[in-house]
Amino acid sequence: MSYSFAFLDEQSKRAVRRALLKAVALPGYQVPFVSRELPISYGWGTGGIQITCALLGREDVVKVIDQGADDSVNAVNIKRFLQRTAGVATTSVTAEATIIQTRHRIPEERLRADQILVLQVPYPEPLRLVEARETETRRMHAEADYGRMYVALYEDIVHHGEITLPWQYPAVVNSRYLMSPSPIPRFDNPKLHLADCLFLFGAGREKRVYAIPPHTPVASLAFEDYPFRAEAFPGRRCERCGSGDTYLDELILDESGRRGYQCSDTAFCLRRRQDPSVARGWGEASAPGTPRGAEA
Amino acid sequence: MGYVAVRGGEDAIRNSETLLALYRRRGGRASLQVQQILDQMRLAVDRVMAEGSLYEPTLAALAIKQAEGDLAEAAFLVRAYRSTLPRLQGTPMLPVERMRLIRRISAAFKDIPGGQLLGPTRDYTQRLLDFSLLEEGTKGPAPDPPRVSLNGDGQETPERVSTYLRREGLLPEPPPAAEPPVDITRDAAAFPMPRSARLQALARGEEGGMLALAYSSMRGFGSVHPTVAELRVGYVAVQVRVPELDLPVTVGEILVTEAELICRDELQEDAGTPARFSLGYGFAFGHNERRAICMAILDRAMRAERVTAPAQDQEFVLQHIEGIEAQGFTNHWKLPHYVDFQAELAQLRSRRAVERPAAEPAGVPA
Repeated sequence: MSYSFAFLDEQSKRAVRRALLKAVALPGYQVPFVSRELPISYGWGTGGIQITCALLGREDVVKVIDQGADDSVNAVNIKRFLQRTAGVATTSVTAEATIIQTRHRIPEERLRADQILVLQVPYPEPLRLVEARETETRRMHAEADYGRMYVALYEDIVHHGEITLPWQYPAVVNSRYLMSPSPIPRFDNPKLHLADCLFLFGAGREKRVYAIPPHTPVASLAFEDYPFRAEAFPGRRCERCGSGDTYLDELILDESGRRGYQCSDTAFCLRRRQDPSVARGWGEASAPGTPRGAEA
Repeated sequence: MGYVAVRGGEDAIRNSETLLALYRRRGGRASLQVQQILDQMRLAVDRVMAEGSLYEPTLAALAIKQAEGDLAEAAFLVRAYRSTLPRLQGTPMLPVERMRLIRRISAAFKDIPGGQLLGPTRDYTQRLLDFSLLEEGTKGPAPDPPRVSLNGDGQETPERVSTYLRREGLLPEPPPAAEPPVDITRDAAAFPMPRSARLQALARGEEGGMLALAYSSMRGFGSVHPTVAELRVGYVAVQVRVPELDLPVTVGEILVTEAELICRDELQEDAGTPARFSLGYGFAFGHNERRAICMAILDRAMRAERVTAPAQDQEFVLQHIEGIEAQGFTNHWKLPHYVDFQAELAQLRSRRAVERPAAEPAGVPA
């Protein structure tokens, strides 16, 4: 017995590609697709894997990261799956990859126009925060009826003095569709704005794909008096490379509970150790949150 | 063979049982040995022990054999057997903090004191059908798995990840243990149930139902987005008190799964304190991680500040995850309902006669 190139049969891959074309044509719009079962469990990146499998050619070089790291078990497993079923080359060097599949992070190193970032998405629906039912959220998107989302954020501020969403911070794509950036930290939201690369989002269990094409404006939700703020790590530096401008993982070092900090993006950390002058390239505050009303 | 009322029912039942026994042993091959089920269907055995609410692997395996692999039915068999057992005493609380770990992971921190141990898991396997198993020989016993443990003989069990967060004040201290805990198999449950009763109900709940409700909570009907602070699988000593001795005496050990999930929303009882996380707790007989995680999510969901979703409503959850009850009631619709249905028929016909007297023939068929 043998399996097709990249596991899925050609018809299934074509169906995914058709959905992706529509997604690119309607930035931020969630396109339903027929999600197939994979030999990897739902919730472990099946949306991303289906996109990657649908895009892969024999010449592609694939990088897979999970929480920023190439060597995390889930990333290794997905990479192993792609190697086994498609025989493609893999890499951990961000610049070498043509397709990068990721969970919960956007690489620190700016991606080029010839690179595609495939994000694994558990919750494609940003409005799920305020509305549980799919029928209703579809209507809200169709009518750009996002008032309840702003009210929820406003209430959050009233209760807590700030917007408390730590990740999956919603953004408006191309001044039209409200979109969930997948569970990336706020820190990564600005990278979505006017990027050179194509972002593709895949939610296998929820059966949705969506996209942000290159050079698309992406504005994280905010208010005039409560601008969008990303996480910061004041006074912290990566213990390995010394970076003070990257997203850091917190580690418990010993029984006393002492903490340490390291770059979440392991590939970039390695580059910085070799050459401390390497820039992230995304720019500082590349997309300040757009105040309510200003995005129209 | 008809399903006919009602006389001769005893014969019908006996014949059906005989037939069932023949179905169970069809194929003319050697009988499946209970020991084989114990060895090679260990996860089915564990599920049946949990839902059967009885830690007895051999009986669970027997139940699986008897039920031809219907795990709900097997759990039912074990539950029924459980009803025949006296409760001799309550053991002292299981010393789970001294578990001999065969698996321990944390999704919250990359590095934790004591380390992570993947252990026996399918999490990172690829679900490709292994066609070689079609031809796997029956001879030659495979070697037993090595006794790998994170804390081997004499070594201390690492502290829980949650301990570190507690020290920092980011988690509340655990509520005091109910002593003695409520036993819902001995005390009639009433809502609202205390937490010990809720945990017991969850520990023996039907896995599919728990999965559905826990999933609803993490998907949007509710707001539990958990972080697995720690998931442990390992062996725990079971102790009893012997009246003549001061010390508890260890009588054996059981394999258990334990999950501690961190949620960022505060608890009802936590209002007014500085912001902190809350914890959901899950526990299962044997090795069953899905079950332990679902239990932890539901434990946390049912302590929500306000009930806005089904998974937060303890009445909704606890009444419906009770699989033995649920399947019993569902199956009961196959019982004859001639009498009540007749009453319904009569009522319906009467209503029709009132609504549209002209359209209805005067003599309603009996």
